[in-house]
Amino acid sequence: MTTTVQRARNLPDERGRFGEFGGIYAPVTLLPAIEELIAAYEDARRDPAFQAEFERLLREFVGRPTPLYYAASLTEKVGGARIFLKREDLAHTGAHKINNAVGQGLLAKRMGKPRVIAETGAGQHGVATATVCAMLGLECVIYMGELDVQRQSLNVFRMKLLGAEVRPVRSGSRTLKDAMNEAIRDWVTNVQTTYYLVGSVAGMHPYPMIVRDFQAVIGRETREQILAATGRLPDAVVACVGGGSNAMGIFSGFLDDETVELHGAEAAGEGLETGRHAASLTAGRVGVLHGSRSFVLQDEDGQILEAHSIAAGLDYPGVGPEHAYLKTIGRARYHAITDAEALEAFQLLCRTEGIIPALESAHAIALAVRLARQRPRDQIIVVNLSGRGDKDMHTVASALGVTL
Amino acid sequence: MTGRPSRIDETFARLRARRELGFIPYLTIGYPERESALELVPALVRGGACAVELGIPFSDPLADGATIQRASQVALQNGVTVRYCLETAARLREQGVDVPLVFMGYFNPLLQYGLERFVRACVEVGVDGVIVPDLPPNESDELHALCREAGRDLIFMVAPTSTERHLREVAARASGFIYCVSLTGVTGARDRLPEELPAFLQRVRAVTELPLALGFGISRPEHVAQVRDLVDAVVVGSALLDRLVSVAPAERASTAEEFIAWLRSGAETAATVGEGS
Repeated sequence: MTTTVQRARNLPDERGRFGEFGGIYAPVTLLPAIEELIAAYEDARRDPAFQAEFERLLREFVGRPTPLYYAASLTEKVGGARIFLKREDLAHTGAHKINNAVGQGLLAKRMGKPRVIAETGAGQHGVATATVCAMLGLECVIYMGELDVQRQSLNVFRMKLLGAEVRPVRSGSRTLKDAMNEAIRDWVTNVQTTYYLVGSVAGMHPYPMIVRDFQAVIGRETREQILAATGRLPDAVVACVGGGSNAMGIFSGFLDDETVELHGAEAAGEGLETGRHAASLTAGRVGVLHGSRSFVLQDEDGQILEAHSIAAGLDYPGVGPEHAYLKTIGRARYHAITDAEALEAFQLLCRTEGIIPALESAHAIALAVRLARQRPRDQIIVVNLSGRGDKDMHTVASALGVTL
Repeated sequence: MTGRPSRIDETFARLRARRELGFIPYLTIGYPERESALELVPALVRGGACAVELGIPFSDPLADGATIQRASQVALQNGVTVRYCLETAARLREQGVDVPLVFMGYFNPLLQYGLERFVRACVEVGVDGVIVPDLPPNESDELHALCREAGRDLIFMVAPTSTERHLREVAARASGFIYCVSLTGVTGARDRLPEELPAFLQRVRAVTELPLALGFGISRPEHVAQVRDLVDAVVVGSALLDRLVSVAPAERASTAEEFIAWLRSGAETAATVGEGS
């Protein structure tokens, strides 16, 4: 029997730790709500009715399973290992974010919380949350950095159409990390009535676990699909990593398959040497941000640095604690991909495959291309194509010097 | 360190003996100006502060409202570091400030400074305790042990949402005093305090003999009058900072002094009423 919401591993432990990473570094006011969430999630996870409803919505609302696509032309062009794409860009709302939003939306409803809040960077998680709240009849407030509100006006309009209230955040760097601060402040204030629907595998326990488990459907499907298509497991699985939810989703299907390499693509922005990047795992140090211990971009004095990436969804100075753990034990490797490399991969995929990827996902494509080049044709690389690129038209046009 | 009562213990013992309410103002170090604490802390003590909370600024103060967020940002722009905060405390002691000094700071800057090094430095400069708003008891083992060994108090917080089990966990670890968060929310001045406050404070009293300090939202003498008989001290942060930036720089020290005196008038009113019984 396959269960939809199952543990990928035995981690985190009961203190929410993945090795030394994770934990609950939260204001005391939130502790009872966190415990309530842990209990409610455990209960839901074991409830066949909850799982059946989650599966039904993934099938009928999200459009799962998403296809696994052999990118023959890209493979030909690159001239190395065969590249397969897991098509999360074809999921409802255009990215993997919807899987988690459906799962946690159901959980909020089950817990009797009438109000849902979420943070968003690029707006994909905000749109996914607003979508699910509209479908389930929940009140929805989205916190979004003021800068991101300006950069992603299309997604802001989508959220409003879906009935959500979008609150621009003017504090700090006015981007994703500040939106997350503000969402936590709202949660502290309205904790009795409000469900905080975190969008990534970052933040305090139990979110890294819950989000991973709801995204694990990506890895389960991919494993079955690649076995069906090729009769064997892939040699490498590649995904982009901001907070890290799409990567944890696909990695979780292969963690126990020791022959399968796991590769994460972080945003090197304008280059690691410029300091303008978002590569927490590659260039950060261990610290505590938003309730968990992980790798964090920070200065000498422990102040959190602003992250930079052409992909707003990767523009976060922290990363999920399970990635920190996988890096430390050597199970996964993380690489930094610059804006320029991502843009090139973006165009390459457009032209070879007729697929416009999200700029976030283009980082994974760039890494996959790099890895594929060094490998023979009998090797298989699977890339999680986590989202589609429609939202990025303005950014790409401006990066390419085109006025729309 | 053992054997000799700490500055914090002595202060609360004295307050209890006199049946007096303590006032603990909060300042973000480096706000409004980099050196402001050096003149403001002595002024607050002149106004009647029984202890002073010194905020170590952090880029992402997620338990704080708009006032302290802004103060933290300005302080960081003013170049305030953990090291500078320790130096400030040392200079205040040199100036003769002898009330308890308690740091309030988020965990990451302390972690990066090095917890052991930080606690050792607190001893050297004469800081008596530390409050870490994003470090609940379950995550506090290391810092708690270091503080205990060094004779410093790690001050724990409890909130109206805290369960009985949380209260007991805190009571088992706490020393110095327990910081009671008056409301479910972030720091910031409020018009009124929650009605459930007495019931919450009773729940805390039921598990501990330690002094209780009440913070979050307290901003005027009426609030003080309301809680005067329920707690040992009140903490006032945002309302003080709001007041300080509303006056000319030259008037800040006298404003700080008068603000504490003004708040204290709330305690005196209530005390007169209470003394008849």
